[in-house]
Amino acid sequence: MSEQTGATAARPVYKAGTRNPYLPMPAKVIEVITETPTIKTFRVVLEDEQLMRDFTFEPGQVGQLSMFGVGESTFVINSPPTRKEYLQFSVMRAGENTTALHSLQAGDTVGVRAPLGNCFPYEKMKGKDIVFIGGGIGMAPLRTLLLFMLDNRKDYGKIRLLYGARSPQDMAFSSELPDWFGRRDLECTLTIDREAEGWQHKVGLIPNVLLEMNPDPNNCVAVTCGPPIMIKFTLQALEKLKFAPEQIYTTLEKRMKCGIGICGRCNIGDKYVCIDGPVFSMAELNAMPNEL
Amino acid sequence: MSAENVKKFISFDALPGFLARAAEKNAVYVPRREGNAVVYRSFKAGDEAELGVRPTESCKHVVFPRGEELFSFAREADKEEPGKRRLVLTEASEPGAAVVFGALSCDARGFLAFDPVYNGSGTGGTAKDSYYLRRRNRTLIVVKACKNALNTCFCNWVGGGPASPQGADVLAVEAEQGLVLDILSGEGTAFTESLPAASEAQLAAAAAAVKAAEDSLPKAADVSAAPASLAALFSSAEFWNKESAHCLYCGACTYLCPTCYCFNITDESDGLTGVRLRSWDNCMSPLFTLEASGHNPRPNKADRLKNRVGHKFSYYPSLHSGRFSCCGCGRCIKSCPSSVDIRKIVLDAVKEAANV
Repeated sequence: MSEQTGATAARPVYKAGTRNPYLPMPAKVIEVITETPTIKTFRVVLEDEQLMRDFTFEPGQVGQLSMFGVGESTFVINSPPTRKEYLQFSVMRAGENTTALHSLQAGDTVGVRAPLGNCFPYEKMKGKDIVFIGGGIGMAPLRTLLLFMLDNRKDYGKIRLLYGARSPQDMAFSSELPDWFGRRDLECTLTIDREAEGWQHKVGLIPNVLLEMNPDPNNCVAVTCGPPIMIKFTLQALEKLKFAPEQIYTTLEKRMKCGIGICGRCNIGDKYVCIDGPVFSMAELNAMPNEL
Repeated sequence: MSAENVKKFISFDALPGFLARAAEKNAVYVPRREGNAVVYRSFKAGDEAELGVRPTESCKHVVFPRGEELFSFAREADKEEPGKRRLVLTEASEPGAAVVFGALSCDARGFLAFDPVYNGSGTGGTAKDSYYLRRRNRTLIVVKACKNALNTCFCNWVGGGPASPQGADVLAVEAEQGLVLDILSGEGTAFTESLPAASEAQLAAAAAAVKAAEDSLPKAADVSAAPASLAALFSSAEFWNKESAHCLYCGACTYLCPTCYCFNITDESDGLTGVRLRSWDNCMSPLFTLEASGHNPRPNKADRLKNRVGHKFSYYPSLHSGRFSCCGCGRCIKSCPSSVDIRKIVLDAVKEAANV
């Protein structure tokens, strides 16, 4: 829009046939994995084969999943763009739409609006060591970047993963953990909050285990996601370890409707989590108003 | 300005017939009295347009309906496998042409706050809101200049005026028992084609009326420091608790505001078929940002009023070349049940930030 000085009525540009950003793409659920008592993973394929072939996204971008008749909510695409047989979303049951999503079975249809938002700056991370710090369902967005990096392994230095959950039963992606442990090019550390029978790994809160791991901040990037309280103390731990705010990335979630920067509910000041995020560096977050 | 920019005239006697002819081809919206309120309703032959008083609501719903269907969905029996059902999505049909006759100048400027947002500027133009844009493109706006200012009017603080042509296709000024029409767009030219040119006397009377209206507005306050001041006061709980103390978060301000553009998306369904709707939403409600987990980034009315004022006078200007997303119509002040006054909040912020 031009600032109007005089007398013409400037209308916004609109051409008939403009792509409708609100129309979901129908997708078939091909597999449902029960991860924990409250988390299910859905693998979906866009019903339109051409759309599926042409679908591209970047690690960290999100999508809206529609249960027609119930609603839509936002989830990260947690499969990496390097593996395109299906798109994977992991959903924690929390409200109306996620409860409905949990009723999905293989063969059912769901709506997908994706990709939305920005991505992890994986180009800028090239040549660096990476520490992933995931808590609970916060592992989902890390998974896409972790697998993307493992699929482009030579581009990155040492890769470490610290993944924590309340208990062994609350650990999503557990079927993949043996694979991750089996890799020589990935160092995995798991932790749970309290002792549990048969648990072979660490016991303790994520920030404490992170301090124990003592990653060298030199030429290193930390990528973290998890519940707010974990993030708060993880950031303090990273600060103690001398990670600068520019070396720390996280991804936010907010209630969203449109996903394209219009509907007005995911903003933090003049930043919209749906288009300026969900990925932010700590330095960027520090410059934003405190309204998480 | 084109050589064809000849001002036209229509007498009040001829107006009903003119509107009736326009209503044959377009949905024509005019201010109509309903009880104690003046609201925009579609015009039918025989109706009377209420052009003398200021409408209670703005005309934003003509372009941005209170509720509209985005698409419908149905699970239809699959012809090849009758046991299975196939999801069918059908986009809402294209809207027809519309005319708003008698918009206020501030209301027409309200659409200018919508435009860059709905035009997809946030996504670099990749995600344009086709529902808004197609209505906007098919709506002709005839602004009726205000004759005087109310004590809640502050359009001149935010770049407007009682006879501002911004956002209008035609600007109508009352003079000599009729309206002198300034034609501002190609669509406006076509719309007024059948009308005669205004006489010298009519033009002079219109110019005098505009001058009188402009003179009736108090001097504009300087709010150029508002964006920085509001940003500086973001963390001042004391300031926002004080400013929001009387707020009932009823949302009257948001629904009456010509520039409030936030919406909700919801589904309505009877099982196999249903519709996805978008409807006006209200950022003053605690439900607006409430997440399924129970977390709410704006749990208090102070947080929400801060976001509403901040959006209009700080966040929006920082994203859209300094323009405020407030058109100064004053409806939020006039209709607030507890006398919250956005002018006072902005001026207090400027003053407070200067003292910090």
